[in-house]
Amino acid sequence: MNHIGEEQLVLFYYGEAAEGAAIESHLEECEACRDEFRALQRVLNTVDSAPVPERGSEYGSQVWQRIEKRVGHRPKRSFMHWWIWAPAMAALVIGAFLAGRLSYRAQRGGSPATAAVSNQQIRERILLVAVGDHLERSQMVLAELSNAPEGKGKLDISDERQMAADLLDDNRLYRQTASSTGDKGVASVLDDLENVLMEIAHSPSEVSNQQLDDLRQQIQDRGLLFKVRVLGSQVREQESQPVAQKNKEGKKL
Amino acid sequence: MEAGGAVERAQSGDSEAFRLLVEQHSRAVFRLAFRMTGNEQDAEDVVQETFLRAYRQLGKYEARASFSTWLFRIASNYSLDLIRMRKRHEDKRERGKAEERDILQTLPVNTPGPDRITYSRQVQERVNEALNELSAQERTAFVLRHFEGMSIDEIGETLGTGTNATKHSIFRAVQKLRRSLEPVVSTAR
Repeated sequence: MNHIGEEQLVLFYYGEAAEGAAIESHLEECEACRDEFRALQRVLNTVDSAPVPERGSEYGSQVWQRIEKRVGHRPKRSFMHWWIWAPAMAALVIGAFLAGRLSYRAQRGGSPATAAVSNQQIRERILLVAVGDHLERSQMVLAELSNAPEGKGKLDISDERQMAADLLDDNRLYRQTASSTGDKGVASVLDDLENVLMEIAHSPSEVSNQQLDDLRQQIQDRGLLFKVRVLGSQVREQESQPVAQKNKEGKKL
Repeated sequence: MEAGGAVERAQSGDSEAFRLLVEQHSRAVFRLAFRMTGNEQDAEDVVQETFLRAYRQLGKYEARASFSTWLFRIASNYSLDLIRMRKRHEDKRERGKAEERDILQTLPVNTPGPDRITYSRQVQERVNEALNELSAQERTAFVLRHFEGMSIDEIGETLGTGTNATKHSIFRAVQKLRRSLEPVVSTAR
């Protein structure tokens, strides 16, 4: 048997080597490999010396006391923030309205070509409404964190965190769409937004002043609130233009 | 299996049963979280967040894995995110600093020969520093393998990285630890 490689020795140390018996008998015969294995053992055994602060038998009860209030209750602000529901409701209402118009036109006997064009326009319009809503909701999350008051204790950002997590998938989709249509400016803003949403979504439910500052710094460094606000206004403006005019100006987001 | 079917009762909305689970598993989750993050405050955040997430996701828990393994999965993934976030922030803060730290250069010089307690404390500090030098992925995979005794396959499944990538993360972690700690360990002999 050739000398044993480092990877095999690591697997052997953890009892996961495929040829454990062969390695063991090789180590008995080969001094070089034995020395190498001992060196590895020494380091890994030293790692075990890293101490972990002790937690007493009451620790579980203390953890429970910290989370008890939030177990069994939905986050109390989730259903009260109007901005969580209003845009989604608006999108549904507008979507339903546009769909109704389409089916009314189709029933009145418009040509298939006209119906196809209208269908495409309606899809674009619904997408615009959705992107506008998305930016508006993102802006609200960023503004909530940017303006949150600092206190002595920790701040509960579980609603903002949940919102950020909910917004992430849509953001990814819109960013990919913007990239594939060559809209680099929009893609870049959505890319920045995605990074910050991810940070927020992966933050703890309660943050210290330092953690809150870090999040704010991220938002501030990228000028994100301003960019999202400007982009949102542009989308809303485009949304309010008549379809014919919008088509002349191009179909980018 | 949890005592008295606490998991099943918690799944059906019994918060008292969930309290029992929190009390039973908190210390183990804290140990894991501390080894992952290397920081007491972060470890406390991980513990709290793990149980809150576990409570929200109780409906998704299937008894195929033990409840503690499931909790460890949540804690590991949250710790991984937290370490990545911390590292990004630290990188930002440290960017521009001309001097690179080399934690291993000074120890032999500073080591007080006869004082084993001080020496052992310094070794422990070095171990912590060396663990902090690992990437988030390497540290998480290494901690689960080395301290928690999970198999490489289980870790790959827990972190969603697959067996091969997990194996490489552990090898890289061990190599880095050897590079950092061998000079210290050899002076201890």
